Amino acid sequence: MDAFVHEAGFGDILDKVRAGERLSLDDGRRLYATANILALGWLADIVRQRKNGNRAYFIYNQHINYSNICTNLCKFCAFGKDKTSAQAYEMDVDEVRRKVSERLDEPINEIHMVGGLHPDLPYSYYLDLLRAIKEIRPEVHIQAFTCVEIHHLAGLAGKSVGETLEELKEAGLGSLPGGGAEVFNPRVRKLTCERKLPGEDWIEVAKTAHRHGLRTNATMLYGHIETIDERLEHLDILRRTQDETGGFLAFIPLAFHPKNTQMAEHSGTTGIEDLRNIAVARLMLDNFPHIKAYWVMIGPKLAQIALSFGADDMDGTVKEEVITHMAGAETEQALGHKTLIRLIREAGREPIERDTLYNVLRTY
Amino acid sequence: MRHIADKVRAGERISEEEFLRLAGTSDLFQLGFLADHVRRRLHPQPLVTYVIDRNINYTDICISACKFCAFFKAPDDPAGSVLSRGELEQKIRETKELGGTQILLQGGLHPELPLEYYEDMLRFMKSLDIHVHGFSPPEVCHFAELSGLSIREVLIRLIAAGLDSIPGGGAEILSDRVRVKVAPRKCSADKWIEVMETAHNLGLRTTATMMFGHIETMAERLEHLRRIRDLQDRTSGFTAFIPWPFQPDNTALAAGARIEKETAFGYLKMLALSRIFLDNVANIQASWVTQGPKIAQLSLYFGANDFGSTMIEENVVAAAGVRFRLAEGEIRRLVRDAGFEPRQRLMDYTLV
Repeated sequence: MDAFVHEAGFGDILDKVRAGERLSLDDGRRLYATANILALGWLADIVRQRKNGNRAYFIYNQHINYSNICTNLCKFCAFGKDKTSAQAYEMDVDEVRRKVSERLDEPINEIHMVGGLHPDLPYSYYLDLLRAIKEIRPEVHIQAFTCVEIHHLAGLAGKSVGETLEELKEAGLGSLPGGGAEVFNPRVRKLTCERKLPGEDWIEVAKTAHRHGLRTNATMLYGHIETIDERLEHLDILRRTQDETGGFLAFIPLAFHPKNTQMAEHSGTTGIEDLRNIAVARLMLDNFPHIKAYWVMIGPKLAQIALSFGADDMDGTVKEEVITHMAGAETEQALGHKTLIRLIREAGREPIERDTLYNVLRTY
Repeated sequence: MRHIADKVRAGERISEEEFLRLAGTSDLFQLGFLADHVRRRLHPQPLVTYVIDRNINYTDICISACKFCAFFKAPDDPAGSVLSRGELEQKIRETKELGGTQILLQGGLHPELPLEYYEDMLRFMKSLDIHVHGFSPPEVCHFAELSGLSIREVLIRLIAAGLDSIPGGGAEILSDRVRVKVAPRKCSADKWIEVMETAHNLGLRTTATMMFGHIETMAERLEHLRRIRDLQDRTSGFTAFIPWPFQPDNTALAAGARIEKETAFGYLKMLALSRIFLDNVANIQASWVTQGPKIAQLSLYFGANDFGSTMIEENVVAAAGVRFRLAEGEIRRLVRDAGFEPRQRLMDYTLV
């Protein structure tokens, strides 16, 4: 198979990948530019295999989006609503409690909770949310509040990010999801999410979380106005941060869904574009243990194929996904764990049910 | 495996035993690289073609009652219908307005309509000046039985009435063990081959399909491919091969037995295996109707060089719970994004 990779002009990159050498941004540029998705995928698969063997992960989790009211109103988002919008909602603590209670009979081991930047909810609300969940499901791991929300909460609390994180941890927070990273570059942020936390502050919150013992994920929203160089800059910032802290667990490339957003004139991403972002991420982010193919965003069919293009994780059973579906995602709202197991096995991998921190809970 | 790869790269034909060894691998890249190699050898120009057409189903009334089908209505079901002349004309006019060049004309095996009915329909359609890609082999066999004529005589009459080419439907799996179980009243594998061979000898081009991912074994898929390859060696009449996975929703087959829907991985694997094995069939179509735009686009790296049809109308797969819709512009975007130039084509693969 080496011959095919040489024919694609990636002989030198193959040597580097085999030797475990770090790829340069120039290498990344060449990888992004190639039409040869097979050669690219095969290179990424070498790295995936080295890091994760034959394992492919999924998690049994529950998503809770406590409110869609948001002061940021990013142009690529179909979820966030102004407080005055007829579609605006917020859950009080009792409602969240009810949502958790409703599913106590299921083997859920992670609750994934994010929401908009609400203008009025007090800091105590967020602590109460965490405590309420832990009260009902003491064993569950709560992965909640993106770096953007954490920064907002610290502002509400009038405390440092570090102090805020300590209090949230005390209330039950287990780790941070990777959202809100979008594309770090200021040009992109100015044009698409002007009011959002700047990229360097996002990184600062992530680093602070890592220092306080909280693992986090990282994302990149691709397929809108960003250039290839801006994607590579984003990956490079993450790679350097990870060198420093080692606190990131997974990188999750997120495909932009234009429907119902202020950027609806864009087309959705194609399958090859989705695989290319997964494969390049796997090759560039040599210090990230995991790359996730989030099936809600790219569909279960492509997510299964992504397991051969660098990804080692399909995320979860996910119920009641709201954010991507408001942007017109036509994927199922939930996949049963039996379906996930079958997709993984058919792809030639060993299905591993994991917890948030990638501890193995069960093999199938 | 290395030996097989060398053979494929040298442009040599692989044996049945070698096919089974390739099929046994779960390495998607091995299959992808080889299929892509064959595709590039057969199509050195970076083009991906598609046809603008519409499926017209002249009736859903069918005596065949295949267990994998969610489209048909039994003859005594009042919901069954036959398309009127007016509807047919309207559909053809719409197709032409959208730049369409052909009609894929297929229907159920109606218990009563005589051969003259189909001849009239063809003459009428041809008066509207459109290519008629119609009547899969089970329909042709059915017409022969009803009329008491031979397959050859039926085909000669249909050609005289205007039939231009024959679609490859109804092949399912060309193995009688499978056919007896899933489509007992449909024509046998030998009959399917006989219709195609006769049609080729009468100068008609046809396509061939395969519906996999139900009760068949890998050896039976191979039997199917071998029969296609053998016939193509004799006639060179097939323009394209179109494999797609069984879509289980709303079918008796899925209700009666636990059949898991073929995954995207299984689809790409079978597509690649088909491209590698069928070295004498020029074109392989991606099935966006069953796989959706993302996997269909990726198919272009697993052996497919054709995006099939825009399918202004499609009823059969939709009845099995799968509804993907793609406009021509979207097909062109997917093809370009994959690194190819999109080109509209006719049934015989000449470019428009």
